[in-house]
Amino acid sequence: MANNTLTLELKNEVEDLLNAYVQCIDDDDLERWPDFFTDECLYQVIPRENHEMGLPTAVMWCDSRGMLEDRITALRHANVYQVQWYRHIISNPVIKTDDGDTFQVQSNYAVFKTCNDGDSTVYNVGRYVDEIVRDKGVLKFKKRSAIYDTHRITTLMVIPI
Amino acid sequence: MNAITPPHLKWSADESHTAVPYSVFNDQEVYDLEQARIYNGPTWNFLASEAELPEKGSFKSTYIGDTPVVVTRGQDDEIYAWVNRCAHRGAEICRERHGKSEDGAYTCVYHQWAFDAKGDLRGVPFQRGLGGKGGMPKDFDKKQHSLRKVRVVNYHGAVFGTFSDDTPDIEEYMGDDVSHHMRRILNKPVEILGTTRQYIKGNWKFYSENTKDPYHASLLHLFHATFGLYRSSQKGESISNNDYHSVLWASGGTEDETALDDMKKDKLRTLQTGEYELQDMSLLAGQQEFEDGVTLVILSLFPSLVVQQIQNTLAFRQILPKGKDEFELVWTYFGYKDDTEELRNIRLKQFNLIGPAGLISMEDGESTELCQNAIIRDGEFTNVIRMAGDEAKGDDHLVTEGLIRGLWKGYREIMDF
Repeated sequence: MANNTLTLELKNEVEDLLNAYVQCIDDDDLERWPDFFTDECLYQVIPRENHEMGLPTAVMWCDSRGMLEDRITALRHANVYQVQWYRHIISNPVIKTDDGDTFQVQSNYAVFKTCNDGDSTVYNVGRYVDEIVRDKGVLKFKKRSAIYDTHRITTLMVIPI
Repeated sequence: MNAITPPHLKWSADESHTAVPYSVFNDQEVYDLEQARIYNGPTWNFLASEAELPEKGSFKSTYIGDTPVVVTRGQDDEIYAWVNRCAHRGAEICRERHGKSEDGAYTCVYHQWAFDAKGDLRGVPFQRGLGGKGGMPKDFDKKQHSLRKVRVVNYHGAVFGTFSDDTPDIEEYMGDDVSHHMRRILNKPVEILGTTRQYIKGNWKFYSENTKDPYHASLLHLFHATFGLYRSSQKGESISNNDYHSVLWASGGTEDETALDDMKKDKLRTLQTGEYELQDMSLLAGQQEFEDGVTLVILSLFPSLVVQQIQNTLAFRQILPKGKDEFELVWTYFGYKDDTEELRNIRLKQFNLIGPAGLISMEDGESTELCQNAIIRDGEFTNVIRMAGDEAKGDDHLVTEGLIRGLWKGYREIMDF
């Protein structure tokens, strides 16, 4: 399938965004996490079983930049959970664009979680389905769905995927 | 019942139910006895919402305790349930989470024994042999080889099952207040909005305690307080029915935008925690959909179900023990068939509050594990359950552990400890 619009340069630009996003979370730089989204956005973390049945329930569902910020404020100051770190591995991005300004992207992810006991476990595996747009010259997520296969969430989920 | 109490379980004969030995949370023998006396005993266990079985042939796989069970809607439109274990050699018959059997048959893949929605055996391959060889003996009677059946009741769209013939009528089992609140939430046809699953490394009874514990609500769950949304004027009640079932309700929350604005102003004036505020207040902008103004109901039906209304979120939480120190919590979220699009969107947004990533509920999994981690030894040591006195009863307020004492009173009776 020829896709002449997607130049190597654009492909690199999209992949930089995908990489920077997970780096931000894994580095616990979460105050910067909302910056990856446009002001009007949709971020959701939804189990594959709901997605495939056409059922809308997600465990995280934010439709504004404010809601993304509130998630992080709650994580920092309200929610109670044990110390934990994520490590995202992302792969196989498939990038589609017609105009070089909006992109449909799907990629795989695996999140390993490590707590204070030092045990690293496969915490959440799934795929990202994204709509990426150019916002004041910079690529941002207008929609990002993390559709997870690991439909049994261990203990709780506080850090975004 | 020939009561056998594990010899190492030392539980005071005192009937005040204020001190529970930790070994009940961490003992394989106690766990196995619970499966026999509670889950196979005279209890009603939540299986499904009727809306999960919309058509003839619909089915769902679930559990009663740790026993795999399939609940079905037959060709006669009735709901049935049976243990998911072939009558032949014990294989799992249904291997899907949910679905529809177009021909109404449930066939084991191992030797293709086929059963109907009721769990009756319909077909045995090579029953009369092949070419005069083999076959079942003449006295083999298919009627004698049904699946192990579960007695089922559909209570206002919530489907429950029991293995015991002694389980009382469902309303009598629940009690007046619990059945009233069940009917209140299930007052019209529901629409399933999705499922999430949370796997918690703790004993299932730590979670049962949690759902009967209004004491912890504003202390562990700091979301409202952090954002200056603490509702000190909230009024409520804790109600115990038949000891181990309960209802917690509260009203005076966040019914409308005006109330939210008032709270924000209040916060600016009075609250010390005023350094944070929600950037997007639409999360809490709900609709008052019940005439009684009640904004929080936590209904706990022993042993396996919690039904909740938190603002505009409605959900069944099914507690499925997976061993003495693990359980799965299955959240089934719903609205009503006649919801407006606006109300449906409010529910979807407010689901951020509940579930495995719930801003006001995620800590319940954490607290359960905190307890399990710490009671590994010293099984004869006990907890202290004395808030609002020593009696196992409800109260006209929410500063109590009376419902937890009720849980243990009922537990000791059914377990014969």
